[in-house]
Amino acid sequence: MVQIEQDILAKNNAYADANRKEWKARGLFAANLVSSPGSGKTTLLVETIGRLAGRHPLAVIEGDQQTSNDAERIRATGAQAIQVNTGKGCHLDAHMVGHAFERLDLAQGGLLLIENVGNLVCPAEFDLGEAHKVVILSVTEGEDKPLKYPNMFAASDLMLLTKVDLLPHLDFDVAKCLDYARRVNPKIEVLQVSAKSGEGMDGWLAWLEQGVAAAKH
Amino acid sequence: MSLAEGVLQIIEDHARTNGFARVKTVWLEIGALSGVETESMRFCFDAVTRGSVAEGAALEIVAVPGSSWCMQCGVSVPVAERYDPCPRCGGYQLQVQGGTEMRVKELEVE
Repeated sequence: MVQIEQDILAKNNAYADANRKEWKARGLFAANLVSSPGSGKTTLLVETIGRLAGRHPLAVIEGDQQTSNDAERIRATGAQAIQVNTGKGCHLDAHMVGHAFERLDLAQGGLLLIENVGNLVCPAEFDLGEAHKVVILSVTEGEDKPLKYPNMFAASDLMLLTKVDLLPHLDFDVAKCLDYARRVNPKIEVLQVSAKSGEGMDGWLAWLEQGVAAAKH
Repeated sequence: MSLAEGVLQIIEDHARTNGFARVKTVWLEIGALSGVETESMRFCFDAVTRGSVAEGAALEIVAVPGSSWCMQCGVSVPVAERYDPCPRCGGYQLQVQGGTEMRVKELEVE
């Protein structure tokens, strides 16, 4: 018999700790954006980058199983972006992200936005070294997603409810959705935003700016 | 699948350091609130261990029940799912305490 007593994710967690240490030394604020496919993460990022208008050094790591479409959309804004293709994998891991980061040239005190693979299951378990996970849920999805994918909502510090400009056309029950999210995570912060109409974007930018300011030293 | 690969990686690391050539049984500790579905873990484990030191090994999964601290009641209560209310007060002011484990506990080797 061999006693092991080792966390299955120990290896990933060690890489995540190394990333966290590296980013802390550089005074960077890193956020890991997670959601289902099609929630509008990339659109939201493009709009966010536009509104930040070069106020902070910024870089994006894009995770998708295939293609570099998303990184190209980000680069079109003028921001630097690295695409990571996970191939058969359904999530980014801390090792891939650490390597992608090495290829970026992000100045001290900057903002690192990591767009994870669209998947509400596995990315919940993989720490990348980020300061916060931000879960994005669009109002065109079901309001019970926090109950269906509780681990992701439990692992996230902020929930962005997106595409709220569409609410008048939908039966989406916002209050119910927030109640479900708080059942799995009583501490989760929530912001309602629309990249299209601009509603709530100020609050989201303020949240990012606060993170950037806190990470600087 | 990545989690099963994580298990295999841990086994292979120990095979190198402890010098064993075959694993007969693997004990995992899996919490009820963790992201692991035991049936898919079994399926993926069989798939990823093919051709490795753990090929054909029995997988014993020790289930750890979920428990949360209810901030209203000030006690630890059992929960089956993350979205379950406190069984005493019906509230959701719960902080998960146990049941998130995903660990390789021990190996029977030869």
